[in-house]
Amino acid sequence: MTETLEGSTTIEALSLVPKAEAKQSMKDFKSDQEVRWCPGCGDYAILAAVQGFMPELGLAKENIVFVSGIGCSSRFPYYMNTYGMHSIHGRAPAIATGLASSRRDLSVWVVTGDGDALSIGGNHLIHALRRNVNLKILLFNNRIYGLTKGQYSPTSEVGKVTKSTPMGSLDAPFNPVSLALGAEASFVARTVDSDRKHLTEVLRQAAAHPGTALVEIYQNCNIFNDGAFEVLKDKDQAQEAVIRLEHGRPIRFGADGAKGVVRDPDTGDLAVVTVTPENEDRILVHNAHQSSPTTAFALSRLADPHTLHHTPIGVFRNVERPVYDTQMSEQLDAAVEQRGKGDLGALLAGNDTWTVVG
Amino acid sequence: MTSQVSSPAEQAEPAEQQGAPASVGGQRQPDGEAKEIRRLDRVIIRFAGDSGDGMQLTGDRFTSETASFGNDLSTLPNFPAEIRAPAGTLPGVSSFQLHFADHDILTPGDAPNVLVAMNPAALKANLPDVPPGAEIIVNTDEFTKRPMAKVGYDTSPLEDGSLDAYRVHPVPLTSLTIEALKDFGLSRKEAERSKNMFALGLLSWMYHRPTEGTEAFLRKKFAKKPQIAEANVTAFRAGWNFGETTEDFAVSYEVAPASAAFPPGTYRNISGNLALSYGLIAASRQADLPLYLGSYPITPASDILHELSRHKNFGVRTFQAEDEIAGIGAALGAAFGGSLAVTTTSGPGVALKSETIGLAVSLELPLLVVDIQRGGPSTGLPTKTEQADLLQAMYGRNGEAPVPIVAPCTPADCFDAALEAARIALTYRTPVFLLSDGYLANGSEPWRIPEVDELPDLRVQFATGPNHTLDDGTEVFWPYKRDPQTLARPWAVPGTPGLEHRIGGIEKQDGTGNISYDPANHDHMVRTRQAKVDGVQVPELTVDDPSGDAELLVLGWGSTYGPITAAVRRTRAAGHRVAQAHLRHLNPFPANLGEILTRYRKVVVPEMNLGQLATLIRARYLVDARSYTQVRGLPFKAEQLADVLKEAIDD
Repeated sequence: MTETLEGSTTIEALSLVPKAEAKQSMKDFKSDQEVRWCPGCGDYAILAAVQGFMPELGLAKENIVFVSGIGCSSRFPYYMNTYGMHSIHGRAPAIATGLASSRRDLSVWVVTGDGDALSIGGNHLIHALRRNVNLKILLFNNRIYGLTKGQYSPTSEVGKVTKSTPMGSLDAPFNPVSLALGAEASFVARTVDSDRKHLTEVLRQAAAHPGTALVEIYQNCNIFNDGAFEVLKDKDQAQEAVIRLEHGRPIRFGADGAKGVVRDPDTGDLAVVTVTPENEDRILVHNAHQSSPTTAFALSRLADPHTLHHTPIGVFRNVERPVYDTQMSEQLDAAVEQRGKGDLGALLAGNDTWTVVG
Repeated sequence: MTSQVSSPAEQAEPAEQQGAPASVGGQRQPDGEAKEIRRLDRVIIRFAGDSGDGMQLTGDRFTSETASFGNDLSTLPNFPAEIRAPAGTLPGVSSFQLHFADHDILTPGDAPNVLVAMNPAALKANLPDVPPGAEIIVNTDEFTKRPMAKVGYDTSPLEDGSLDAYRVHPVPLTSLTIEALKDFGLSRKEAERSKNMFALGLLSWMYHRPTEGTEAFLRKKFAKKPQIAEANVTAFRAGWNFGETTEDFAVSYEVAPASAAFPPGTYRNISGNLALSYGLIAASRQADLPLYLGSYPITPASDILHELSRHKNFGVRTFQAEDEIAGIGAALGAAFGGSLAVTTTSGPGVALKSETIGLAVSLELPLLVVDIQRGGPSTGLPTKTEQADLLQAMYGRNGEAPVPIVAPCTPADCFDAALEAARIALTYRTPVFLLSDGYLANGSEPWRIPEVDELPDLRVQFATGPNHTLDDGTEVFWPYKRDPQTLARPWAVPGTPGLEHRIGGIEKQDGTGNISYDPANHDHMVRTRQAKVDGVQVPELTVDDPSGDAELLVLGWGSTYGPITAAVRRTRAAGHRVAQAHLRHLNPFPANLGEILTRYRKVVVPEMNLGQLATLIRARYLVDARSYTQVRGLPFKAEQLADVLKEAIDD
């Protein structure tokens, strides 16, 4: 277990899921199905990272379920040698909620995309987040519709020229992290498909989180939106563009940490500054466990939606909140405690009967 | 002479035509005056008032008293969709009709013998249904200028002779109630609210109803407000005493228990939605699977969500979702996990759930879709009944997506229908529609409480290991390898080692379940899913044809059972021959339906839609079925249906 994992939290979040009997390897999580994403798709890297990470959890793989909606990313369950369901467009969080809330011995993962989760399925996503069901939602954001061949998505930048928007798109995009924070999410993170180490670390923390975890994964669609996140991946540019959030550490980035994030004392808003000896002690120290989501939200607004400059990645928010399925079970237990286990005969008879004698 | 003498024209059932009232003696009053008691074989009472007047509660209480007395009964609550429509207006009128008898009855009755009208709007809205000679009890306190003007009465109907054809009892219900409660220190407004209990007390006296149940009910309902509880009990007793002492009410009536109508057993009164809820809990127990309800509130189905939410000690999980789609989505997720999964809704909700029902067809998982039908299209008539979702249930999905359909025929039958729907869903691994409607949902009738050990065994076998051997001898699990008899696929729930598999809405290869776009495989899978539903074993249809030589068959489904059966009895009593059959299974139809249809020269299909079953019958069996339809948001009247049958016989 790593430093970022609080031991007790890990145990609590997965304590009801049976452990694997033997040591697992990545191979154990590969299904026999041929992977059919376009060559070069970012989804391959995410799949490999997830398959590579799963053995670390050490869970019985028959107790792991991947549920997806519709879209390129939603083919994901077919490639995992676990239980899985490839459902219908946008509805995976709802289906997974039913599964997770009825089976607390399962580790339930949702794989979705920017269209699936934020457009057709937006309602289910926000309600899953506010309920805090024990689900891990992996949102593959490529800022485009891939499976329908290249229309703009709800995360596409304004003015996006696509087949359906030849003169440029008019809609203002969603910022998935801001949206999740607004929906009362207890765990919100962002990572990038090509950074396997970072991606794995975020998955690790998400898996350990009791309740709903939303992980936005920037994912390259090399066919319809190639290079959308290049600025975050290219070594030279990334240093200036990416802000790596680490709990308990000052938020600094750029060459030699030359830049940092400070709070404007007048507005309370966050701003990027060049670090100087004078302002160094004002650099914000990241606290993912802060109960108020205000600072996490402000961090989520730092990035420029067009250039992606100052894009924070990592865990924005990780707080404990009552978990829906746990509480649902507790209500059942309490009902039995208060009234005894249900007696069908007594229920059917009720209190107001009369008898007809033959 | 009272209106409650049965005249054939007003009777729903011929049995009642014999029932001339018989005087059974007198009660001696304290002042020495005797009040006459007459015996009736049946009575139809309608309580009507403003939606804030508590008419549904009054009707429910009178029903409970009547049930505990042992009469057969049938009820028809009728209320507006608005929680509180503007007070005193026609759209705000809420009513509750109750038919009770000393014999077996089938409907809430065509026309009331007694109307209780709490205000001018209630009188005006209900008068057209009241036959001449009937008794009308009016709350005279409300017949002042403004309330009357609100509904267009220029002169008081109590004084202008327009009610001469009725036997009117003018009673100042409001002021009598306030007077009775003057010692309680309640405001006028608070005291007034008990006037429905005064009316209930009066009617309870008129019909010799037991009163202990209502008093106990009031004390329990207002346990936290003992003063209000006592005020209501006092108003209730004041109403009873008013009947006993006032000269205007010279006669009271007895309707003997319907002992002969009921097979031996223990009975209770039950509404359709309650029976359906109990049926779901019973199915869960009989299947030994936890019950999971995913639902979004919608009239008239919400009561099932409420009821199931109260029974968590039966291991029942209820999930109030963010919308209709999530309701069924969560249920389907729970079904994948091995629960007995249910979603409850009404027509508009079914429209939203269609895509997920299609997914359930493709996944071949058990799932109950309970549709409490209401008037449509769109929002339609939320609180009124209709049968217009049959074709939506049958065909309302993209692609070839067959779903079995079960329809209960009476409120109590909702219990058995729920068990039957669960049997089909679990045996065949398929979504199943349970088509109830607003009339069944809110209506009530006596129910013989079944013994738990007479309930069907619904246990299922989850898959536990490999079910297929490859050519090389490897043992594997194939999620779409079917049972040769039922064509059901194995139900392998997460947590079962070695059976990890993926299912989805994309067409899959038969057997392996792997994604397949192969043309021949798709053709095979579409036909196989259809064959599975076509092959669902359902009981043969029985025909009631006592003479054996009727030329006319009347065929119905769902909640029209009561009115159709009443009309058939009436037609036979008039000396005509008619055969009756009622469908519980709409998909697949019973195997002998086609043969039955060929036996009769004429087939009439009454429905509360524009002929949806008739359309299916005509298409499937090439039978010239005659459709008789009504979409008024109310059940058929027996008299009206009897006329239709007579016309068909004479034709």
